[in-house]
Amino acid sequence: MASITISDVSKTYPGAAAPSITDINLTIQDGEFIVLVGPSGCGKSTLLRMVAGLEEITAGEVKIGDRVVNKVDPADRDIAMVFQNYALYPHMTVRENMAYGLKNRKTPKAEIEARVAEAARMLELGPYLDRKPRALSGGQRQRVAMGRAVVRQPAAFLFDEPLSNLDAKLRVSMRGEIRRLQKRLATTSLYVTHDQLEAMTLADRLVVLNAGRIEQVGAPLEIYHRPATTFVASFIGSPAMNLLDAEIDGRSLRIGAHVIDAGRNMAGQGAITLGIRAEDLHPSATGLPFKVDFVEELGAQRLVHGLIDGQALVLTLDPQLPLQDEMRLSVNSDKLHLFDTISGKRLEHPKTVASGIPVPA
Amino acid sequence: MTDVTQTAPGLIRRWIARATARPEPAKRVQFDRPLLPWLFLAPQLAVIFVFFYWPSAQAISSSFYIEDPFGFGSTFVGFDNYTDALGSAEYRHIAGFTAIFTVLVTAFSLGLGLLLAVKADQVIRARSTYRTALISVYAIAPPVAGLIGMMLFDQHIGPFVKLAACFGWELKVGLNYFDTAFAMILVSVWKQVPYNFIFILSGLQGIPQSVREAALIDCKNGARRFFTAILPLLAPTAFFLLIINITYALFDTFAVIDVMVKDKAANNPITLVYKVYLDGFRGNDIGGSSAQSVILMLVVLVLTLVQFRWLERRVHYG
Amino acid sequence: MNRIRPLDHLILILGTLFMVMPVVVAIMTSTHTAVEIHTGGLQLLPGNDGYDTYHTVLTRQGGFTGQVTGARMVMNSLILGIGFAVGKIVLSMAAAYALVYFRFRFATLMFWVIFTTLLLPLEVRIMPSYHVMSQLGLLNSYTGLIVPLLASATGTFYFRQFFKSIPDELLEAARIDGAGPVKFFIDVILPLSKTMMAAIFIIMFVYGWNQYLWPMLMTTDERFFTLMRGIKQILQVWVGSQIPDYNEAFALAVLALLPPVLVVVVFQRWFIKGLTESDK
Repeated sequence: MASITISDVSKTYPGAAAPSITDINLTIQDGEFIVLVGPSGCGKSTLLRMVAGLEEITAGEVKIGDRVVNKVDPADRDIAMVFQNYALYPHMTVRENMAYGLKNRKTPKAEIEARVAEAARMLELGPYLDRKPRALSGGQRQRVAMGRAVVRQPAAFLFDEPLSNLDAKLRVSMRGEIRRLQKRLATTSLYVTHDQLEAMTLADRLVVLNAGRIEQVGAPLEIYHRPATTFVASFIGSPAMNLLDAEIDGRSLRIGAHVIDAGRNMAGQGAITLGIRAEDLHPSATGLPFKVDFVEELGAQRLVHGLIDGQALVLTLDPQLPLQDEMRLSVNSDKLHLFDTISGKRLEHPKTVASGIPVPA
Repeated sequence: MTDVTQTAPGLIRRWIARATARPEPAKRVQFDRPLLPWLFLAPQLAVIFVFFYWPSAQAISSSFYIEDPFGFGSTFVGFDNYTDALGSAEYRHIAGFTAIFTVLVTAFSLGLGLLLAVKADQVIRARSTYRTALISVYAIAPPVAGLIGMMLFDQHIGPFVKLAACFGWELKVGLNYFDTAFAMILVSVWKQVPYNFIFILSGLQGIPQSVREAALIDCKNGARRFFTAILPLLAPTAFFLLIINITYALFDTFAVIDVMVKDKAANNPITLVYKVYLDGFRGNDIGGSSAQSVILMLVVLVLTLVQFRWLERRVHYG
Repeated sequence: MNRIRPLDHLILILGTLFMVMPVVVAIMTSTHTAVEIHTGGLQLLPGNDGYDTYHTVLTRQGGFTGQVTGARMVMNSLILGIGFAVGKIVLSMAAAYALVYFRFRFATLMFWVIFTTLLLPLEVRIMPSYHVMSQLGLLNSYTGLIVPLLASATGTFYFRQFFKSIPDELLEAARIDGAGPVKFFIDVILPLSKTMMAAIFIIMFVYGWNQYLWPMLMTTDERFFTLMRGIKQILQVWVGSQIPDYNEAFALAVLALLPPVLVVVVFQRWFIKGLTESDK
């Protein structure tokens, strides 16, 4: 049980023109479940592997607990890792797979047996202990992989997209199992995924990465409701947040030929990117004219895709409501997210602003 | 009451059933034509019948006859050729040498191949250079290897002779039994190392990276990691190579021996396959040579069947 | 994992030297005169007589009948190597195709008939094979050299494994598209097999070129001698009082080893793929 501190960490592969990871600063508290999320190639796995010791750290420092572990062997970092494709030893039984790490650390036999039995109970692996991995299904193998990590009782768990190879239904149930397990063991966990839904449901805190840099760190709901950049805004949440071109006009926002009330004084002038979540748009008598393009029925809700003055938009509707080809939409003014068009950064709007310059979040 | 399938006859019966069972259909969907497949098979089958089955049958049948030395026919002698061969001290002597030769060549070429493959797998820089250099020797024919070996051990010009002389060892390859055997073994090992190297390196590189990384986290000691987590995964390849190497030592080393011995068996070490050749082509003892052939056939049969059976057991890890 | 490990490199360098030095010595020594070699031993550096030696070896009419030249032996080896490789590919692809893609009576029996040939290498049936050839009148002919070697299942085995790994869906799609077995073979299987064919060609070419025992038995007419046979001959005539023609022996050895080694080194990737992929 320990904290993980990542300070100013960067990585450049030898011979590469640019760094893959730049200036990462992150402090993970003891017992926290941190999820690194981002699109393919954003560096999240690389970062995880640097913490594990499977990749070299070009610059910066990683501490596990109080120890700087930059040069420490993976086997000595007191971490356990769960891999995407399970990485079970094919020639060993489930029992031997779980015991292997402990055997190499000269744990007494009785202790090993006790820990394996306990992990098997926790993960319902009892009937499979003497089978080889090839005789198990994907979900069972993944549980064995977790069992292998659990018996080590490490300072931290590292998960590298463990659910990506499972089918959708299994993913949902395994997600719950991982969460329950972590809460029970209270072990610090660092989890990597490209699935924003997994990230939202599992994390105590979320780290959104893009092109090797941190875009935002925070609790899931915090990130959901106040995304710091257009990237985070469109990555987190499904369907993705609508991002429209708009213009500040005093207390109003101009979208194409139409105007909506922003409900407050906004600092600055000119073009901005306006973000509105699909669930925050409601049909109303007056408001933005919306032309329906196509509808996706989800059963519990309806996703309506359409256009406002040529700009694409999605909103969620209660399926009971009647659907028309043309509607008018309104949105609560405190559900408006404003972003700088060039940097993508969030624009904050304090009630009063002294200067005329928009203050970025 | 003992389980009947575990008794010897039960085991044999079960084993025969498995050996003669139809191999599972190669494809889920196949063409259903009565005649066409035979057209495709015909050339290969024709060649096999004329040049494999027919000669093999002849070999077996002529092993039961002795040819009249003046060429006037042959007499049926039953198993005499076999008992003569197996009973003769000379044959047993040669069989003994063959066994030792096979064990040494197999052990050293596998061992060296394994060592080099493991090291080549571990280094990253210059890996392809090493690989190219080590593989290039694969293509050298046994007779060429034998010739070069002869030169290296030549009385007048061979550096090995001079080197050995430094240690007080007077190498007389071609004259001294032990020295010739040493040279044969060295050359045979030299020629076979690249083959083993290729297969073992491929096997190592086929191990998923994530399994290796898991082992890195689970086991700090490199040697221990290799023996407990990596080597077991090479088991199927290793077993296959064992059989191939034994076959190589028994048969493909013919050329090396021929080059060094030059048809003069006299005081020189030879293997069983070479004796088949000597007796048949130089000694004109067709019957005896055939009998020896058949004995060798049986040895190979046993080896191959062992390989198939074992390979069945060692199912490939999914 | 990216650290340079000197001990590993040392082992690899030693191993490489062990494998490569004999060949280097052979090449270098072949460029000296026989006298130089006799007095100075085997050479590590190139000499000045390379051109002369090779020219002699290639063009001198040697042997007992004075009819064969080194160049002729090179040609014979080439014919054997290429002929064997091509023959092997044609025969085994066809046979493997039949075994994998057709359902017919006695298919299993044919499978075993073919694969039993893996059990018995040529060396155990040389006597009768020789007699069969002489009965068929095929001694001292290219046909006789090449065809009997084709009687083994290795090629069929390789291609069978390869065909089995081709997705079933391709055949199903082709049948829906109206392709019969021959069309399927030509339009789908052949193009897909190109890499495999190349790999097998390389392996079989090396095997054929390197053949020793069979050509030795089959050819008494020196016009049909291959390089391997030539090597045996050089050693046979070596008894004598003069200084043996070491340089020429080496030159012949170099000629014999260069083409297969070059082929293997240049086409390394294909060659390894062919060898290792088919043992599964």
